[in-house]
Amino acid sequence: MSVTHDARIQVRSAASTAQRQAARGWPDINNPAAWIVGAILLIMPLIANGFFLIEIFATTLILGTIALSLMFLAGYGGMVSLMQLTIAGFAAYMVAVFGVSANTNISLGWPWWLAVPMALMLATIFGTLGGALAVRTEGIYTIMITLAIGAAFYYFTNQNWAIFNGHTGINTVSTPHFWGVDWRWDIPFYYVVLAVAALCYFAVDYISRAPFGLALQGVRDNPRRMAALGFNVNAHRIAAYAVASFIAGLAGVLQVWNYRQISPGSVSVGACIDVLIIAVVGGITRPIGPYIGALVFVLLRTFALDFLVRIGLDGNRFRLLIGLGFLAIVFWSSDGVIGLWQRWRQSQGRQADRPGGGHHG
Amino acid sequence: MTRFVERHPAWALIIIIAVAVALWLIFAVWPPGLEEAVGRKRVFLNALFNGITLGGLYFLVASGFTLIFGLMRNVNLAHGSLYLFGGYVGYAISASTGSWILSFIVAFILTALVGVLLQVLVFRRMEGQDLRQTMVTIGLSIVFADLMLWACGGDFYQIQTPNWLIGPIELPLITAVKSSGEPVYLRYPLVRLVIFLASVIIGIAMWLALNRTRIGMIIRAGVDDRDILAATGVRIQIVFVLVFALGAGLAGIAGVVGGTFQSLSPGEDIRFLLASLVVVIVGGMGSIPGAALGALIIGLAEQLGSVYIPTYAIVVTFLIMVLVLALRPQGLLARR
Repeated sequence: MSVTHDARIQVRSAASTAQRQAARGWPDINNPAAWIVGAILLIMPLIANGFFLIEIFATTLILGTIALSLMFLAGYGGMVSLMQLTIAGFAAYMVAVFGVSANTNISLGWPWWLAVPMALMLATIFGTLGGALAVRTEGIYTIMITLAIGAAFYYFTNQNWAIFNGHTGINTVSTPHFWGVDWRWDIPFYYVVLAVAALCYFAVDYISRAPFGLALQGVRDNPRRMAALGFNVNAHRIAAYAVASFIAGLAGVLQVWNYRQISPGSVSVGACIDVLIIAVVGGITRPIGPYIGALVFVLLRTFALDFLVRIGLDGNRFRLLIGLGFLAIVFWSSDGVIGLWQRWRQSQGRQADRPGGGHHG
Repeated sequence: MTRFVERHPAWALIIIIAVAVALWLIFAVWPPGLEEAVGRKRVFLNALFNGITLGGLYFLVASGFTLIFGLMRNVNLAHGSLYLFGGYVGYAISASTGSWILSFIVAFILTALVGVLLQVLVFRRMEGQDLRQTMVTIGLSIVFADLMLWACGGDFYQIQTPNWLIGPIELPLITAVKSSGEPVYLRYPLVRLVIFLASVIIGIAMWLALNRTRIGMIIRAGVDDRDILAATGVRIQIVFVLVFALGAGLAGIAGVVGGTFQSLSPGEDIRFLLASLVVVIVGGMGSIPGAALGALIIGLAEQLGSVYIPTYAIVVTFLIMVLVLALRPQGLLARR
């Protein structure tokens, strides 16, 4: 039942000390590419102008964080949840309801440092309850139930006027403003988003190597054996939902600050499925995947129209492009862009090993 | 039936009382006190009939979905797209030829063909990989939705009801008694009743085909254990194609039905996908009687909910799903 109890078993069952140390270390520290990407992200405001900074990179990081919560569930827990965007949207709605907005009849007007923890707590509870419902079934049923939850929430926000203000949603949500900085200005906001995304990324990276994460991966691979070893399978799954809900909730708070409004359109079924597409296209085996997928998605969404028009096609066929790209990824690579990259690296390595093979460098 | 009563006497009693109350509500003339409390009887009866006929439509969509799932373990999330495709085909046929019946036939054949193509070209390549198949159906539903938006635009379409079905008929159900003592009977659109009857007939035909014919026996055996069935020499790929064609064709028919008494527009595909998901979760995956029961419950909950608690109608549907998942995760009528 308790996670500490599980941890003891896990440590004992680790094959060797060397292996354990490798698993405990931060794999990114020795990777120069990771340092370069980190440095570029940090000095991004010097390179990119306001449009790229917010519309491309901040949006990518927010969407990537929502998809990261799905990646955590799907990659480590084996549970494909389509309600992660719904949880993010719920957190966003809660920020708008408890905080300050133009809809004074709905918003309670709490300061942001009170509204945000409240929203995060409620979103985590909401996601955990949804997860507790979803873990009663397995595999593909999880997709169906979480999709049904997401769709029900979408229709509910459309119908409910007392809290969610129907299909117009809640507008002009105020953003935090302290220490003389308006945190919705482009550059401060970018750093806030970057900090939260980095925090979530490293948290997921850490959990995946912590006892809880290892037990979760064991549950994914063989729930029956884990249950026989004394692990509470469902408790682990629900705990995974709680973690993922918290991450999605954080991203939801950033999302409502980014657009300053929230409406049912932001939690529609199509948007829920977009999160799945982002995670799958990027690759759901490693936490970096969702961010790559989000970058691809946001770039396509922003520039597909111009691109399609330039090559003489109808610019409105952006979703067709996304759908076909998704189909291609699902068909050719079960591990998204990361998988393609790894396969390419391996084939390069094999060529280099061969005598007289092509050199690389 | 008797076994159910023996095993669950309390539930059986509750069900009998509920049925008795429902029958009294339908047939008796409501006393004035009741009408004051919950509204006119005509409103109630209309909502009830709307719910039942909507349940018929949901059954048509969900039965194909549950049949495909039951045999192939393939959660076909493109099922809503097949529904919408059938509806658009039906609209095109009925608008160009004026024949309502013909639109059903053509919609069935064309969506069944799409289903065959999907099974042969796509799903056969990734047999046994449930999750990947489901992902592919998600991708397909996005592609289909955009192609249909491209071809048909974002307008609302409604299929013309044939002349012989237009107008209401009087049903022998008293809604109220006038002050002169003359009873007022319920008037209800004929077309909805006909469609409901047709879906009942299709349901019974499916049940008979599954339980009384050789091919039905093969399909049921495949639902239980498709590997052993294949080992006994049945050409299971042909059975798969057949079932996929039937399931898709049913979705196409449902599209024409939905286009006749509601309307067709982008977004309806997701609405009906959600409806079939909830219906099969409630009724039990892979079970045709389960789909019928689930469709009836969800249709009634939606219509009665939208009359009596308008802002929370969707929550009622959702709560039913939650309740079923909490008490019987495998669905009401599933065997396992």
